[in-house]
Parts: sequence; C-alpha cells; structure tokens
Amino acid sequence: MLWIAIRMLTGDKQKFYGLVFGIAFSTLLITQQLTIFVNLIERGASGVYNVPSADVWVMDEVSRTTDVNFPMPSTALDKVRAVPGVEWAVPHLRAGASVRTSNGDLEGVSVIGVDDATLIGLPRRMAQGSTDVLSTPDSVIIDDVGTTRMFENGQSPIGERLELNDQRAVIRGVADAVPSFTSQVTLYTKYSRALNYVPGTRNRMSFVLAGASDGIAPEALTQAIEEQTGLRARTRDQFAQDGVDFIIQNTGIPLNFGITVLLGFIVGVAIVGLTFSLFIRDNVKQFGALKAIGVTNRKIRGMVASQAGLVGLIGYGLGVIGTVLFIWGFSSNPTFKGFYIPWQVPLISLAAVALILLFTGWLALRNVLKTEPAAVFR
Amino acid sequence: MTADPHPAPSQNDAAIATRGVTRDFKAGQRNITVLHGIDLDIRAGELTYLVGESGSGKTTLISIMCGILWPTEGKVEVFGTDIYALSDTELVEFRLQNIGFIFQQYNLIPSIDAASNAAVPLIAQGMPRLEARERAIAMMEKLNIGDQIDKLPSQLSGGQQQRVAIARALVHEPRLVVCDEPTAALDAGSGRRVMDLLRQVAVAEDRACIIVTHDNRVFDLADRILVLEDGEITHDGTEMPEDH
Repeated sequence: MLWIAIRMLTGDKQKFYGLVFGIAFSTLLITQQLTIFVNLIERGASGVYNVPSADVWVMDEVSRTTDVNFPMPSTALDKVRAVPGVEWAVPHLRAGASVRTSNGDLEGVSVIGVDDATLIGLPRRMAQGSTDVLSTPDSVIIDDVGTTRMFENGQSPIGERLELNDQRAVIRGVADAVPSFTSQVTLYTKYSRALNYVPGTRNRMSFVLAGASDGIAPEALTQAIEEQTGLRARTRDQFAQDGVDFIIQNTGIPLNFGITVLLGFIVGVAIVGLTFSLFIRDNVKQFGALKAIGVTNRKIRGMVASQAGLVGLIGYGLGVIGTVLFIWGFSSNPTFKGFYIPWQVPLISLAAVALILLFTGWLALRNVLKTEPAAVFR
Repeated sequence: MTADPHPAPSQNDAAIATRGVTRDFKAGQRNITVLHGIDLDIRAGELTYLVGESGSGKTTLISIMCGILWPTEGKVEVFGTDIYALSDTELVEFRLQNIGFIFQQYNLIPSIDAASNAAVPLIAQGMPRLEARERAIAMMEKLNIGDQIDKLPSQLSGGQQQRVAIARALVHEPRLVVCDEPTAALDAGSGRRVMDLLRQVAVAEDRACIIVTHDNRVFDLADRILVLEDGEITHDGTEMPEDH
C-alpha cells in the first residue's frame, strides 16, 4: 500500500512539487538563518578566536568583552607574571582609531597591539607576508576583511601608507583573521608602537594574555590570578562565550533571526498544509474507495505518513543542500568568511520539518479518517 | 399467536439476510427514517437488481448490506456472519476478503496503471505487488482488456475504466459483488454489454451479485428485481411490475 501511496503523491506532479518546494523553502529559511545567526553571534568571540595561544585573558574587573574593555595600568602585567602557574604573560592593547587612506577616505579601525618580543596576539596565519614585517618601522598588518573594505578592485594593500591617528603607518602584511562582529578593519602592530598610534589615558593596557604552566588547568589559573591580583581572569572558552553573550544580550539579533526562523516555520506550515489538504481533498474519493474495499485506518495512516515522509525527506535534503550552496557560494565574501553550518542547525531544521509534517499530515489525515466509506456510493 | 415480524435469517441458501434493518439520518433538528425495517434474503448464483427512484433508500440499503454503513436498527448477515457484530477491524477485514465493489464513478487511482488498480484488493490483503499484478492481469485478460494493463486510467475510455473497476472487484474472488449504477453513464448498447459481462464473470454458484440501478433498458437481464420505494421493498420478482 505504501507503493500506492507514493505513486498517488508523485502522480500529482503539481502538488508533489508544491509540497517539496514548501518543505525545501522552509528548511532553507530555517537552516540558513540559524546558520547565519550562529556564525554572526560567534563573531562576538572573534577577538578571542584570533589569539589561540592565550589560555587566559586577564582584564580590569569591569571589562566584559574584547571590544568592551577598561584599560589597566602596566603594573598589572607584573602582577599576573607573579602568579604561580603562569608560564608567560604578555600585554595586549585593543583600541579604536581613524585612518585616512592614500585616496583620502576615512575609515574607523581597530588597532591591536601585540607583544613586541613574542608577537603573541597576532592571528595564527598570515594571508600575505610574514609576521616578521612588524620589525620594520611604522609597519602594521591589516586583516583580510580590511583589505577588501579599504582597497577595492583587488588592489594589493602591501606597501600602502596610511595616516593612522595622524601618524604614518605602512601596511606590510595581511593576516588571515576571523572578522569582528562589525567587520571593522583591524590593524595589528607591536604593543609599543600601538601606544603611539592610540593616544589615550594614563592606563592603556587592555588585557594581559597568559599561558598556563604544564599541568595547570586554565580554570584553576583564572581563580589563582583573580585571588592574587584582584583582576578579572577568564579562560579562552569563557571569554569567547562572554563575547557571544554580550551580542545576544545587547542587540536585537536573536529576536530578528528568531522572527525569521518562525516565519520560515509558518511559511512551511502554510504551504505544506494547504497543498497537502488540497492533495487529500482531490484524492478523498480514492481514499474512501480504499476504505470501502477494506484498507484499514492503520494502513491509511501509514500511507499518509509515507507520503509526508517522502516529501519531508526530499524537501529537507534540498533545503540543506541549498544552505550548503549558499554558504559555499558566499564563502569568498568577507562578510561570510569562515561561516560554517554547526551540526546542531540541520538537526533543529529536521525537528522543525518533522513538526510541520506532523501537524499538516495530522490535519490531512483527519479528513481521510473522517471520510465514511459509504461516501463512495453518493 | 402473532408471527415474528423479523424472522431469523435463513441459514441454508441466503447469501445476505437482513432483518428489521432501519436507518435514520439527522437533517438539522429532524430525524429522517430512510429505511423502514427491511427484511430481505439475497441468494447466491443470482443477478439481483435493487431498483428505485432517487431518494428511495437503495444506496443506503446497499451500503448497509456490504458493511460500510451501520444500520440504526436491525441485523445483517453476509454468508452467515453477523457483520455488525464484528469489531471495526474485523468488519474491514471481512470486506477485504469477501466483498468486491464496483463504484459508479469507478474511483480508480489516477496515478497507477490499470493492472495495479485492479490489483489493489490483493495488495491490501498483503500479497506482494508483482504477484498481485500478475493475478490482476489475468483477470483483465478475462475481461478483454489485457492490452490496456500499462495504461493510466486517464488514457482509458469510460468503458475500459469500468472493466478495470470490474477486474478490481473480482480479482480477489469475493463472495459478494456490489455494483452501483454501472450503466448510468453508458448508452444502451454499452450498458447491456456491461451487464452481460457482469453476468458472465460476477455471477457464480457461490457468489451473490447485487446491482443498484434505475436503468430500465437492462431490467430484462436480471434474475431477480427488488423495488425499493420510500425505504420499503414494494416488489420482489423476476420482472419489473407493470406500473413501473
């Protein structure tokens, strides 16, 4: 009977494609929007992800994220270094600045000062050039998103001179970095040079990055640092989560994406529900005949379930493939750089599709089960 | 001593026995009685016509006799089984094993070919599809539509579709065949051919065949004619009464 059910469904091509489209569109909308949402809020932790070597971030107790920080006095570095279990500790500066490009454009940038000696604080990989270029006077490294924003038409940024807060800076390398939440241009330079580029208050050091000694858990180290220095210390994972939480708590992004995902669900219910109902209505005589002949309600349920299952399987597959193609198609776009589909997202869409099909299938099935076999004689 | 108005069904020769079958329908606040205590014995081996005007209750009666509409009162035995004493599942299974249906509008499944349509009762019984199809093809050959097995219903003429419907009704060798207005959409010649065909293939010693019709062009082909008027049997004979 399942074969008959599938043939009944696929035989009505218009409705079959309508159902598949409904599920595929719904899956695409839900999967794609959830994927963008997850990746976007993870950008709140990009500053942490870009410094993989730091086990612990130490900051003023009011600092919340890499971008929302309150500078500390330089003595904080010595305090952290004095804590047992700290293998190494380096200064880290993050501040905003303005850049006037050679063609006269103004761009707001983030300046990141990394440790002069070890260069800890730089992203792990370089897209162009090497990290050694920071030894050259006035040199800065730009992130690859900044390259596309500041230099159009594929123009190479290497050797370009910038007016960075009224001082000369020369781009000598391009870092392969995870873009920030706002995709702001980021310039990396040595800590000592960053202090000159970003004038400010007496205290300038945003963070102290620390590594744990062998056998010391980062969590234990954060506790020790907090107890002994009075500063706030977070492990890499904790601080990354702080960045994500900050975006969730302080922007309308979750609500907006949530609404879109809900719309995707509603659109799915509407299209699939309507088409499924039409399909059942068109076939109600056949279902009635089957019931009169002696097909049990259990088998009828199985038939409708197999029809819903087939539509769901194909539609869901197409929707997920559509999302993969979308992410792949836009992977070269800096806005979508590093985007991936977390494994939880297709599972959530699958659950949503299952809900849509359960709901619409139940509505459709109600009509079939309500149909009296005797109706076929009327 | 008065006679029992609803005597027990005859156990020897009646394929279908109805006793005191009454059926009410609700129409808003009103209760309409469509059948008034029908007592009837249908014998196997006969082509029985159930004749009546629209609204006389013949569709209701035939629905009750084949186990798809519950009577308000009364009892129906089909080949000795009190079908409304069965559970829902048992009744559905009983229909599947014992009754073949030919619907006025055929109700073929439009997206499967003729042979698969004819094989539906066997597939529903759980027979593997290909085996069921083979049996259906054999039945279709008997009905002279063996060359139409791969065609979809939409590719068949009305007469061919009806033969597919007949094949579907007979493929599982039911003991009761119920046929609703088989000639309603056919001209006189085609109507007679269909009735002849039904007589050849559906009527058998161990099978009852009931046809609901009001087509007076084919009345002469019946073995027995029952006339239903306002929910009561008013005539039971081998020919139509003269006043009809």
